[in-house]
Amino acid sequence: MKIRLVLLAALLTAGSAFAASEADYKAAYAAAEAANKEAGALRNQWTTTASTLAAAKKAADAGDFDKATAAAKEAEALAKASIFQATSEKTLWKDLEIR
Amino acid sequence: MASTIRVRATNNGDITEVQALIQHPMDSGFVKDSKGELIPAHFIQQLTFEHDGKPVFLADWGGGISKDPYVKFAFKGGKKGDELKVSWVDNKGATDSTTAKIG
Amino acid sequence: MMKLGSAIRLGFCALALAALAFALPAIAADKVDPVADAKAFKKFFYDKFPKLKPEDFVNGPYSMDEGLHKQWVEKEQFPPYEFAVEAGKEMFTKPFKNGKTYEDCFPNKGIGIRQNYPYFDEKEGKVITLELALNRCREANGEAPYSYVKDEMASLTAYMAYTSRGKPMDIKIPDDPRALAAYEQGKEYFYSRRGQLNFSCATCHVQSPGERVRTEVLAPALGIVNAMPIYRSEWSGMGTTSRRFVTCNSQVRGVPFNPQDDEYRNVEYYLSYVANGLPISGPGARP
Repeated sequence: MKIRLVLLAALLTAGSAFAASEADYKAAYAAAEAANKEAGALRNQWTTTASTLAAAKKAADAGDFDKATAAAKEAEALAKASIFQATSEKTLWKDLEIR
Repeated sequence: MASTIRVRATNNGDITEVQALIQHPMDSGFVKDSKGELIPAHFIQQLTFEHDGKPVFLADWGGGISKDPYVKFAFKGGKKGDELKVSWVDNKGATDSTTAKIG
Repeated sequence: MMKLGSAIRLGFCALALAALAFALPAIAADKVDPVADAKAFKKFFYDKFPKLKPEDFVNGPYSMDEGLHKQWVEKEQFPPYEFAVEAGKEMFTKPFKNGKTYEDCFPNKGIGIRQNYPYFDEKEGKVITLELALNRCREANGEAPYSYVKDEMASLTAYMAYTSRGKPMDIKIPDDPRALAAYEQGKEYFYSRRGQLNFSCATCHVQSPGERVRTEVLAPALGIVNAMPIYRSEWSGMGTTSRRFVTCNSQVRGVPFNPQDDEYRNVEYYLSYVANGLPISGPGARP
């Protein structure tokens, strides 16, 4: 029983060891693109978001969907961080202001 | 056409101080343009400053010298009113020269 | 997976909204007071660098470092921007296809007026910078506009800056809520963090003038636009204010806007206004 539990735990934590499919990549890329578009509407995109998206696409074109999906997820995280930056800076900028 | 060489020479008793600014692209030949193609080498290879018919400063340059080079040096001799001739030759065989009066 | 993503998104939004809700009363209480801002801005830098005279600030890093200052004084005897100023002068008086010149677009034939830019155009309701005015002059006379980040615009603005050397910056904010809004937006842009590196303009130029970022000595924000355009050794050439704004953005890993987008026009307006009274030192030379 203990061994089965350990195996189960190992399987759950080793999520990325499972091969990502093209569908996984497409979903991740779409999510990243949408977030980056939202950042664009807030006029606060990061250059690294764009380059990570490009890297994801490049890996997908080469058929490496593990790498592509991981990159797309990273791009989404970057895009979301840039959205957070834009919205929080709307008020936080005043902390830096010389008064 | 206006000269590519701007020079100013000032005499202080024994020493004459010379400054020159030369307009030249000084392309090393290793830099690529926005299309990814190499910009061909185009740089000054010889620079000469002459006073009283004798060279007081000679430079043999390669592609590592920056665009629009600025040169400053001092030489012994020269008096106010003397002429200083500056000339250069680049790797394409183009030349330019100018003469300035020591002030 | 999607559930977690949207949960995170909601979390961020909630946080942001909460922050806004707490901050709103404070914003409503703040009135835009450019005169007070400029006074506080100058006082901050004068206090930080008590040995400097007000006019020293317009020379950026050269007033921050002894060694750099010596080199700069020498170089000013034979400055690298001379060629650009000459080219700009030639361009300024050369007729367009229709026979007119830039002189016809500007007061006093464009001589000694740089310190009045940017200004707020009340008809249009926007900030007009010198670069923008130059391109509008071109377009009004049937010529194609120049790129805001290339040599031609740099030469033109170098020449105009040179004719205004020594004149005090003289930016006006008319009694118009739109002008005050543009000024305030410029100020907000200046202090807002951006890019993956999470830097605002203030991070370098208010918090760390005189210190180094990699090998470069940072200039103080006070008077930073007074030296524009600048011949940067790094660029091996003359570069415009637009070019500097764009490259600063990408250096902190933020996607830049288009040159002369509202944010850039407004921040130039803000920075110029708070430096009112300080002399024009342009065109400048920088490392």
